Order: sequence, then structure tokens, then C-alpha cells
Amino acid sequence: MKSKRFFAILGAAALVLAACSSNTGASGSASGGGTAKPYIPIVSKGFQHQFWQAVKKGAEQEAAKENVTVNFEGPASESQVDQQMDMLQAEYDKHPAAVCFAALDSKAAIPLLQKFKDAKIPVIGFDSGVDSDIPVTTAATDNIAAAGQAADKLAEAIGGSGKVGLIVHDQTSRTGIDRRDGFLKEMKAKYPNIQIIGPQYGGGDQLKSADLAKAMIQANPDIKGFFGANEGSAIGVINAVKELNKSGKIAVVGYDSGQAQIDAINSGLMLGAITQNPIGIGEQCVKAAVKAIKGESQPKTIDTGFFWYDKSNINDPQIQAVLYK
Amino acid sequence: MAFSLGRFGRPGALVRSDAIQRFLAFGALILIIVFFSIASPEFRQFDNAIGILIATAVVGVLALGETFVIITAGIDLSIGTVMTLSAVMTGVVVTNLGMPLPVGILAGIGTGGVVGLGNGLLVARLKLPPFIATLGTLNVARGLALVISGLAPIYFTSSPEFNNAFMGSLLGSIIPGFDIPNIVLVMFGAAIVAALVLGKTILGRYTYALGSNEEAARLSGVNVDAWKAGVYALGGLFAGLGGVMIAARVNSAQPSLGFGYELEAISAVVIGGTSLSGGEGSILGTVIGAFIISTLTNGLRIMSVPQEWQTVVTGVVVIFAVYLDILRRREQL
Repeated sequence: MKSKRFFAILGAAALVLAACSSNTGASGSASGGGTAKPYIPIVSKGFQHQFWQAVKKGAEQEAAKENVTVNFEGPASESQVDQQMDMLQAEYDKHPAAVCFAALDSKAAIPLLQKFKDAKIPVIGFDSGVDSDIPVTTAATDNIAAAGQAADKLAEAIGGSGKVGLIVHDQTSRTGIDRRDGFLKEMKAKYPNIQIIGPQYGGGDQLKSADLAKAMIQANPDIKGFFGANEGSAIGVINAVKELNKSGKIAVVGYDSGQAQIDAINSGLMLGAITQNPIGIGEQCVKAAVKAIKGESQPKTIDTGFFWYDKSNINDPQIQAVLYK
Repeated sequence: MAFSLGRFGRPGALVRSDAIQRFLAFGALILIIVFFSIASPEFRQFDNAIGILIATAVVGVLALGETFVIITAGIDLSIGTVMTLSAVMTGVVVTNLGMPLPVGILAGIGTGGVVGLGNGLLVARLKLPPFIATLGTLNVARGLALVISGLAPIYFTSSPEFNNAFMGSLLGSIIPGFDIPNIVLVMFGAAIVAALVLGKTILGRYTYALGSNEEAARLSGVNVDAWKAGVYALGGLFAGLGGVMIAARVNSAQPSLGFGYELEAISAVVIGGTSLSGGEGSILGTVIGAFIISTLTNGLRIMSVPQEWQTVVTGVVVIFAVYLDILRRREQL
């Protein structure tokens, strides 16, 4: 019978499945009973970006210290709100001791978070908050203050007057809104002679952001500076400046780190950037989750801090510790 | 219900081979369920089963429409972002214009139908290859969704009954504890409608005819262009319904959510045994295909398999499914 082959293939499929799951069987089984280590899933906004990998690293370091099990996950793209809800639901079904959550949408997941609350599972926010009082606390960067400092540094570099361009990753996420508004507010309040071009939105995509920046430079040849509000936006600006041979004529301020920005700062193409403390975000959210499990009280927000770094301090140990490549 | 629906799948001699494929897909689904049930006690919970059902609903509905298009030997790459555009349209009508909810729902579904008809005209009248035509529409819909929404999510805060209508549970209020959300019933309802259209109507019959031998259909006097446009319009209507469903689920119209969902829907269709070369396929197969993907994703998630590996496994399953289909075809000869 030829149809034997079907079953051979089905069997092979089953083996692949079995192989995959035995890989991680240990962490999977730890999620269940009460005798094992407390299980804390970390539902993030993504897992591929270097930034999230750094958050993951921090969370895993802290988990080892606190003797808890964590599982870091996030949707493939930062627009997949429903995928993130599916993840949250699956984690709920694993009966975790607590959950850490970075919301893609500040409202969409609230009914699900309510389920966690009803089941007395503490919810810890990180990176991006939720418009609700369900999270016990939220560990995040003060993006408004951080973008304000970026504005100060950029204004200082161009002598307090002239045109500067603003490229932001998106208009819908908390970080996009806060960094844009923090930058604009600071510029408006302190530097009346600076004219802002934009904001334009490049989706955090390097190519798109580069195209936007090029168009802005071409339309405003006298532009003196740029702020790229996340890693992809900043790299896009760097590439645009490089491709148009404007290196040294345009001051570029970025956000976060990554090899491309680090190289650009070292080579002088970029003035400097704001770095968050992604490892610290990971550590703080796990720490807060452990505290919440023990029933300790905590402040509603945990400021995980940010740093300005440029050529002068990029090699300081304190800065090196929070940069990722 | 499953197998009685299957009878509508395909008239004539191919019923038997279709049945084999359906059995294989169904067998694979059972295998996956059994495997995860043994491996993980968390997987076996009723609450998790509901999670799987909810996760299947939207992509399942997208896949229903895609099934028709693929049976005609076409492809519709735009359904993911047409879904987005429809969700945004519902948001604009309900939240921004303050119109009643049913109007918003109809506007969402209608938007999908209009874009689908547009696809149909591009393919049937202007003779653009479906891949290119719908790739174009994908971007048009994606861009329009951003434009119309003003680049920000539209929330249904003033109409909480929208989320309730889909995420509440009619069944749960009749049978206590049986809290299957209405969005799941909507998917099954849509699947029954799709199966009836495909199995019992002229549109269904011509869908198969277009895919088996378009020239023969034309020569026997079928208005091929009109029916083809109709199939794409139908696909668009399902995408529109998907848009309404996802908007209700996330209680907001997210203008950048949806790109990539077309590929998940196409995977579901293909796993379900519908042939990309047209002329063959069934709604039941598609529903099973959609469940295979969502159950697999859920199970791997529950087992805490690293995400990068989850993606690999899903890809491998699609390849297996298509290879099985090829093997089966070879055996028929």
C-alpha cells in the first residue's frame, strides 16, 4: 500500500514535534505545580530586536538570582496586538505566579488583564504601560524626560537656532508618543529660534526612515540637525546623512544603541544618543514580580533610568553596561 | 457536523480522494491535539481550548474567502490588509461618525466586498495576474487604512456593546460554564455559509469550473469574467467580516495590524488540501487547516518552545501538508 508513505510522513512530523518540545520540556513542566520554582512569563512587544534581547538578558539574570523561572516571548511584529493577546491567554492558562507585560496597545488587553487580576495573579508592566490600574507597578524609561534631554543636546550642538528634523518610529505606541512630545515640548519651551521639520513616521524601519530623512534634507538644505527617536529611525538618519555626503554638517542625535549607532558615534557621524537601560528594565520587572508574589508593596512606577552617551563617555563602564550591539 | 459538511466539498469522482486528504488533515489535527494533551496538563484545560478557538476565528474567516479564490487557481494577497481597512472603516463609522453599530459592521463588511470586487475586476477585466493585482491592492488597502484612521488606533470606547457582541458568550448564558465566545460561533456560521455557497450554488460550481479548466468553462458559455470577479468580491466580503471580528476582539481598529495575515490564511487553505493549481478544495479542509495552525502555535507556546522554533515548526508543517497533497495526486494517476 502506497498510503503507508502518508503515515510515515505523519510519523516524521510527530517526531519533529516531539524533538522540539523535548528541547524545552524542562521549562515547560516547571510552569505547573506549586512545588517548582515560581513561573513568571514575560510577554514583551517583540523578541527579535536587540533591545528586546537585552531586556530578556536582564530578566534572565534576575530570574537566576531570585530562583524563579521566566519565559520571554513577544509577537513577530510590533503591530500584532491580537497575537500578543493570544500569548497572554496561553500564559494565563499556565497558571503563572505573576506576569510581566509590555503592552503593544495601551487598551486592548485590559479585559484579559482583568482575568489575571481576578485570579489574583499580579501583573507587572514594563517598557510600555497600560491605561488601567491593574498593573501593580510599571518598570519603564521616562521617555518624555529622555527625549527632552535629546532636545537639549541637539539644541546645544547647533547653537540654539536653525532647523532640525524629527523622525519617530510611530504615532500609536506609548514610546513613540512620549518621545515625540518630550522632544517637541522641550524645544518649544527652551529654544524658540529652532524650527522643527516633521515629525515624520518611519515605522522604525531603517530604509523608510532614511528615505524620509533624505527627503527632509532635500527640501530643507539648511537643516542643521536630526533626532531619530528609536534605533531604526536613528540608523535611517545616519544612512541618509552619509549617502548625501552631509557628514559633519548635520548633527544627529539618536536613541537606544546597537552596533550601527555605536560605530556612527565613534566615527563622528553621530553626535550622541540616549540609551535606555534595557537590561535594567528586564531586571526591574522580574524583581517587581517577585516582590508582588511575596505581597510587598511597591510604587506605581519604577523609573529604570536613561543615559546620554557620546564620543566622550561611550567607553565608560557605566555606559558600556547598558549598551547593546 | 464536520463530516456532513464535507459532502458539499466537491461533486463527482474526486470526492473520494478529497476525503483522503481531509482525513489526513483531520488525522494530523487529532495527532497534534493528542500529543499536546499528553505532554501538557495546561493544554488540556477548557479555558485553553477556548483560547485556541478565539485564536482561530479571524484567520479562519479570512481563509474561507481565500479558499474560493485559490480554487479558481487564483490567489488573493490583499485579504490581510483589506481586513485592516474594514476594521478601520467600522471604527470611523461607529466612533468618529457616531453611527449605530450595525451600520458600522455593514460598512466594514461592505468595504471588504468593494475592495474584493476591485481585485476581481483587475484580474478578470484587465487580465492582471492575481498575484500582482492583489499585491497592489494589499498596499492600497494598507495605505488607506493608515490614511483614514489618521495613523492612530480608533477605540470603541463609546460602544462597549461591540466587544460584548463578539467576545461575550451566548452559549455560556444558556449552558453555564460553556463560555464559548460568540466570535467563534461567527466563524463556524461563516464556514457553514461558505460550504453551502461552494457546494450548493452556481457560484460554487463555477468556482471549481474556473479552476479546473477556465477555457472549457468559457466555451460552454459561462461568463467567466463576471463569475471570477464575483469570487474575488466574495473573498473580500469574508476579509471584511474578519476585519469587523478583529476590531471587536481588540476593541479597537488598529491601522497597522493585518499585514502578514494573508499568508497565515493561505497556509490554512493549503494545509486543508486545497490545491494552489486550482479546481480542488473544500471549506471543511480549510477550517481544519486553520485549526492545525492555531493548535500547533498554542501547544508550542504552552510548552514554552522558543518562538524562533515555533515559526520553524509551522513552516515545516506547511511543507509537509503540500507534499502530502502532491503524493496523493501522484497516486491518483
